[in-house]
Amino acid sequence: MKVRAQIGMVLNLDKCIGCHTCSITCKNVWTSREGVEYAWFNNVETKPGIGFPKEWENQDKWNGGWSRNKKGNLELKIGSKRRVLANIFGNPDLPEIDDYYEPFDFDYQHLHTAKPSKHQPTARPRSLITGKRMQKVEWGPNWEEILGTEFEKRKKDKNFDDVVQKDMYGQFEKTFMMYLPRLCEHCLNPACVAACPSGAIYKREEDGIVLIDQDKCRGWRMCVSGCPYKKIYYNWKTGKSEKCTFCYPRIEAGQPTTCSETCVGRIRYLGVLLYDADRIEEAANTPNEQDLYEEQLGIFLDPHDPEVQEAARKEGIAENWITAAQRSPVYMMAMQWKVALPLHPEYRTLPMVWYVPPLSPIQSAVEAGHVGMDGEIPDLKSLRIPLRYLANLLTAGDEKPIVRALERMIAMRSYKRSEHVDGVEDLAVLEQVGLTKNQVEEMYRYMALADYEDRFVIPTSHRAYAENAYDVKGGCGFTFGNGCSDGNNGVNLFGAKKESVRQVIPVTMKE
Amino acid sequence: MSYLNMLAFGVYPFIALAVFFIGAWIRYDREPYTWKTASSQMLESKQLRKGSLPFHVGILGIFFGHLVGLLMPKPVWHILGVSNEAKQWLAIIAGGIFGLICLYGLAILINRRMNNVRVRATSTRMDILLLWLLLAQLVLGLISIYYSVNHVVHGAEGEKAGVMLMLMTWAQNIVTLDPVEAVAAISNPQIEWVFKLHVFLGMTIFLVFPFTRLVHMFSAPVQYLTRQHQVVRKKFAR
Repeated sequence: MKVRAQIGMVLNLDKCIGCHTCSITCKNVWTSREGVEYAWFNNVETKPGIGFPKEWENQDKWNGGWSRNKKGNLELKIGSKRRVLANIFGNPDLPEIDDYYEPFDFDYQHLHTAKPSKHQPTARPRSLITGKRMQKVEWGPNWEEILGTEFEKRKKDKNFDDVVQKDMYGQFEKTFMMYLPRLCEHCLNPACVAACPSGAIYKREEDGIVLIDQDKCRGWRMCVSGCPYKKIYYNWKTGKSEKCTFCYPRIEAGQPTTCSETCVGRIRYLGVLLYDADRIEEAANTPNEQDLYEEQLGIFLDPHDPEVQEAARKEGIAENWITAAQRSPVYMMAMQWKVALPLHPEYRTLPMVWYVPPLSPIQSAVEAGHVGMDGEIPDLKSLRIPLRYLANLLTAGDEKPIVRALERMIAMRSYKRSEHVDGVEDLAVLEQVGLTKNQVEEMYRYMALADYEDRFVIPTSHRAYAENAYDVKGGCGFTFGNGCSDGNNGVNLFGAKKESVRQVIPVTMKE
Repeated sequence: MSYLNMLAFGVYPFIALAVFFIGAWIRYDREPYTWKTASSQMLESKQLRKGSLPFHVGILGIFFGHLVGLLMPKPVWHILGVSNEAKQWLAIIAGGIFGLICLYGLAILINRRMNNVRVRATSTRMDILLLWLLLAQLVLGLISIYYSVNHVVHGAEGEKAGVMLMLMTWAQNIVTLDPVEAVAAISNPQIEWVFKLHVFLGMTIFLVFPFTRLVHMFSAPVQYLTRQHQVVRKKFAR
């Protein structure tokens, strides 16, 4: 047993209102630069839809993630190592900018400078790559927002596979939707790391955050293809790949990531998970895809177990990390209550950002009397979001864990409703879903009330002990590996364009 | 003329090679963030894939051909049982094939870089200059094949591969830091202008190398084949 710790995340989709605050704050902090305008380390998709970039979930098209080869070994879907190098001169699985969208801005200045005319002046779009006028904006990061575009296009959503009569969901009365905020999964078995020819991408041992060493990245762009979630973005300006950093400077200081901190719906949870690093490969290589969820649960270790604690100390995991693991909301939701599930476990990357399936449409349908009851709990099969759809998204098609999670959440509501409205303790409903009274009270505290201190249990890293803080005094913070040079000379001998300057070709208006 | 020969083929190569080594070293050390392939496939994929593979296959073939052909000492060739004439033919045929493959790819890539709006807008001046420089060098190399064939077909017995041997002598003397011998070899009036121009331009490519995206050659990721799939790094040494 080799114990390692990771900060994991859970997103409670039941409470996501699709406000995009997470995306915007993330963009402002990390990707408001030339070259990554199109990149959204965090984006919110409306499902069903093909998502961002287009059809990212369709691995028949993009070949992301892992698969088992004929010998039964794990292999990247883009091919063996030799195959990867053979494709290095022209990557066959690389999305183009139009699969994301052509980044654009509007000529706002024209609104100030336009001369008097018969018509209102308008701010027209222009490309941020070429600087040229764009006649039409064709696509964007949330083009399918709240079921935008035709169902004919959205139904290419891979999660519709094996959903019976999927065309039915194009009808107005039968339609359904949910939000899916997405960020890097900081996987236990990351495919991007394995795909990087330079070895520039790495997983941090201390907190499991997956980062790209910008000085070692050479722009071979295999990581973009390797990642099945398409959460690595190639910066067309700097020629290097970039990805979600899990706001590591904040995490190190014990603060939640920007997306979590600013989430107005309080849907995000951060907490420590202890896991057995020796069993990663075995778990990721499980023959049956539907077992991957359970296998991943099997790697997580119980932080209350003294043996685990002892092994963790032996690996040098600090005491505050072990106590944080015991109070981890992520551990509770994933392991104890089993209401949080991994996103597309069938990619075999063992993702570490998990999701609580959405419930709201179910509950409102129950109240309207559309739904048959199964004991105390509504019959989930007749509900608005097809179970199969959620199962394809979160459990590789196995509906049982989805049913369990949804039923437990309904039971929690039902129990608390009886308690508050009728003044009755409805233990029968808890029995039906296999929860104790204590557990449901905890669930209520963490999932319904969701206080800041309960949502974010992040131990600080021990930087001060690891390096001599006095030596770092007066250092230069973030640099591009060139010492304290701020890179602000007008000329760059080595031919790169300045990163901070936006190249805009002025548009002249013809009368 | 001997002064110009000395300058171009005795002094210039050392300046070029010094800039090549020291420049690449400084860039790797001081500006690792700029050390990259500078791929633009993300902005345009179809033409790149069509052109990039033949270009790289061709230019790698040519590169290793020159490396072995120019620098492997003559006695080694004789031990291997390759006569001068056979070596000349080998150079003509292999160089010709790889040269044409490379030309095909390079033509596609130049057309792409000049005419694709997105690629053009994100290109640096050096990106564009480099492509034309490589094209010029490649065309000179292909023209020189005509002269080489001429030598080997119409040359007097024993002198069929004479020019090739002189160029080998030049290159090997440059590497062994003997410019006088080197210039003596390349000043021979038998060597046509096209070879000299080809050599001069070749040295120029060495000269500009550290300032271009060519540096990604040094980072050919062969170690990928032997490394483990997963990379885990410790932030702080305990």
